[in-house]
Amino acid sequence: MEFALSEEQEILSESVSKMIESVCDVDIIRNHSSGDKELRNILKNQFVEMGLTGLLIPEEYGGSGLGVLEASLVAEQIGKYVAPVLWVANSVMVPISLSDKGSSELAEKWLPQIAKGEISACIAINEVIGAREDSGLKISKGKISGTSIFALDGEHDPRIIVTAIDNNLYLVDAKEEDIEISEIPTIDSTRPVSEVIFNSCKADEISGGKEIIDKVIDSGRVILAADMLGTSDSMLKKAVEYSLERKQFNRVIGSFQAVKHMCAEMAAELEPCRSLVWYSAYAQDSIPEESRLAACHAKAHLSEVSHNIARIATQVHGGMGFTDLLGLHYWFKRIGLARQILGGPERVRKEAAKIQGFGVLI
Amino acid sequence: MDLNPGPEYIKFRKEVKSFLSKNNHMSSRVSDSAYTADKESNWQEKLIKNGYAARTIPKEYGGFGAEPDVLKSRIIAEEFTESQTPLGMANQGISMLVPTLLELGTEEQKKSWIEKTIKGEIIWCQGYSEPGSGSDLASLQTKGVDDGDDFIVNGQKIWTSTAQFADMMFCLVRTEPDAPKHKGISYILIDMKTPGIDVRPLMTMTGHAEFNEVFFTDVRVPKSNIVGKRGEGWFVANATLTHERGMLGDPNQATTRLNEIIDIMNNETINGEKLMDNPVHLDHLMRLQARVMSMSYNSLRSLTASHKGLDVKMAKLIVKLNGCQLNHDLAGFAIDLLGELGTIYGLSNHDHDSGKWQWRYMFDLGLIIGGGTAQIQKNIISEIGLGMPREPKPMLEEKK
Repeated sequence: MEFALSEEQEILSESVSKMIESVCDVDIIRNHSSGDKELRNILKNQFVEMGLTGLLIPEEYGGSGLGVLEASLVAEQIGKYVAPVLWVANSVMVPISLSDKGSSELAEKWLPQIAKGEISACIAINEVIGAREDSGLKISKGKISGTSIFALDGEHDPRIIVTAIDNNLYLVDAKEEDIEISEIPTIDSTRPVSEVIFNSCKADEISGGKEIIDKVIDSGRVILAADMLGTSDSMLKKAVEYSLERKQFNRVIGSFQAVKHMCAEMAAELEPCRSLVWYSAYAQDSIPEESRLAACHAKAHLSEVSHNIARIATQVHGGMGFTDLLGLHYWFKRIGLARQILGGPERVRKEAAKIQGFGVLI
Repeated sequence: MDLNPGPEYIKFRKEVKSFLSKNNHMSSRVSDSAYTADKESNWQEKLIKNGYAARTIPKEYGGFGAEPDVLKSRIIAEEFTESQTPLGMANQGISMLVPTLLELGTEEQKKSWIEKTIKGEIIWCQGYSEPGSGSDLASLQTKGVDDGDDFIVNGQKIWTSTAQFADMMFCLVRTEPDAPKHKGISYILIDMKTPGIDVRPLMTMTGHAEFNEVFFTDVRVPKSNIVGKRGEGWFVANATLTHERGMLGDPNQATTRLNEIIDIMNNETINGEKLMDNPVHLDHLMRLQARVMSMSYNSLRSLTASHKGLDVKMAKLIVKLNGCQLNHDLAGFAIDLLGELGTIYGLSNHDHDSGKWQWRYMFDLGLIIGGGTAQIQKNIISEIGLGMPREPKPMLEEKK
């Protein structure tokens, strides 16, 4: 039994951290948020160069064949720097959607191109997690029509879009079919989300049914949990650092017990989250009977803890935390969006109960 | 990450299981109707002989003499819990004094006390806190005045569990009145039968006396009973406090409670509705389950780190604060589930839980306060874990 990262995993985590840090700081994030999209391209190219785009893709399709645990370590680093880069859909959910044996033809066609970074892939499955009245998809005679909202990783003109209707996943070739993609403005400029309109698009049915949909959603939830872990860990560190610089009443504010206890409470809540995220990611790779429950709990619990940390860390920064000068709000907002997508905490907890057969839930 | 046990541990688990299936009919616990003190000490001896108690205590001091292996210790704990067999004796002598003696005691002290303690022949109590010295323990005032080969001890201790049947106390006494407060304390072993010791039960909010007060009036204690050096008691005591902090907030207890709560929700109904079918209760249950899981995995992570010598300081520092709060929240939730029936605390036909959740809810509040208050824990987490400034010393003390 060993509940720890391997040396290779530590190295992966560190090298991703260094790479993102070298291209991404708060001023660049601010520029990105005001419309300069250069950072997205730089990060995308760096990820391709480091071979990260193929992290989860099997070796036979040109990837590294690693697992959700490794992907979650990358996600944590992305969250730490609030980096606007394709990850959760392009590099995790889409490769997993094509992991069923019956999908080998589609996998062979698309995964090598994703691994090399020649194309990007988008996930548009919000409607099977929480259907809304102003969106929805229909399929008739093998053609998909309708609108999907809050699609992930749609910002780089994706070549393929994986979507879901009822109990099946479908893959649409965006170059061949009539697709309209536009960015939905949310609070979080660091994680673009899209509206995807399908105009009678020919679609390939992906093998695996409901089971593969669950796997895709679970892995996405684990990745978002890991992202929130990185984001809130970073907010806590910034709060402690700031409290040791800022002086009032001739003392650093971090020497006041009121401030120390705010920081201690954040640390006490956050520390066990790291173990929960590791476990839930490891479960996706190695403990299938626990993977669904662990993913739900990781997503819901990290949403709650990060939400608290986003508020408290901002308060520790005082008035400066509220301004755009420090840019702390980019972290605050990244947590705000991640909490809601792929299922907000109440909805995900309801699923966690259902998975265990608790209650008469619909 | 590899949560599969290695072959050595699979084999070890089998050995424990087979020991239990052959022997657990001989086990004994105080709550059993067939309990006798003899039966308990025979069981303890059997456990030590097989390495399921006093496992890492060297053979020369009566232990089993195994190398420390946290994973094997965990397997023993899990298998005993699963088969509902009482584990070896657990008391402050075994968990706190014995490790201290092994680390800092003289050869003679080790020979005199360790074997008798692990076999349950000597019961210990801990004399640390005083009415005026709680969080600021080092300000303690119980004094030992130098008198030839002895100290004459006067003062009062509080929160002394098991004092009413203890044979001995490991006690902090101020023996150097002129030294700074941390350097004037000695760690002394006191025979509870010495004239001048008065033990009075301390009734708590639970309606029981889980603790005592101990009064010392001219109690004569030989100087040879000091552990470590004279005036170094603060350092000696801190070696044992680390052992205590590890015990409070154990996530296994939270897991057991969560399962008990799931049983309540499956079995109790209100207005004909099963509690489990109430979505508000379910949401609450799921929130708590996530916290219990996080703390269990946090403990697995610490376990691996101890095994491999990795540093996971923060993962250890938060256990007392989080674990005790979590246990308290679980008890509070169970009471809310039972509603008005959850307030019954005494004999009644309508009682569903023997008042145990109310007792836990009150006693656990005591645990949040005791063993280093939640506020002291937050100081420790921020200072040691996050590197924030230490609490400034009051002016008065600086002058001293």
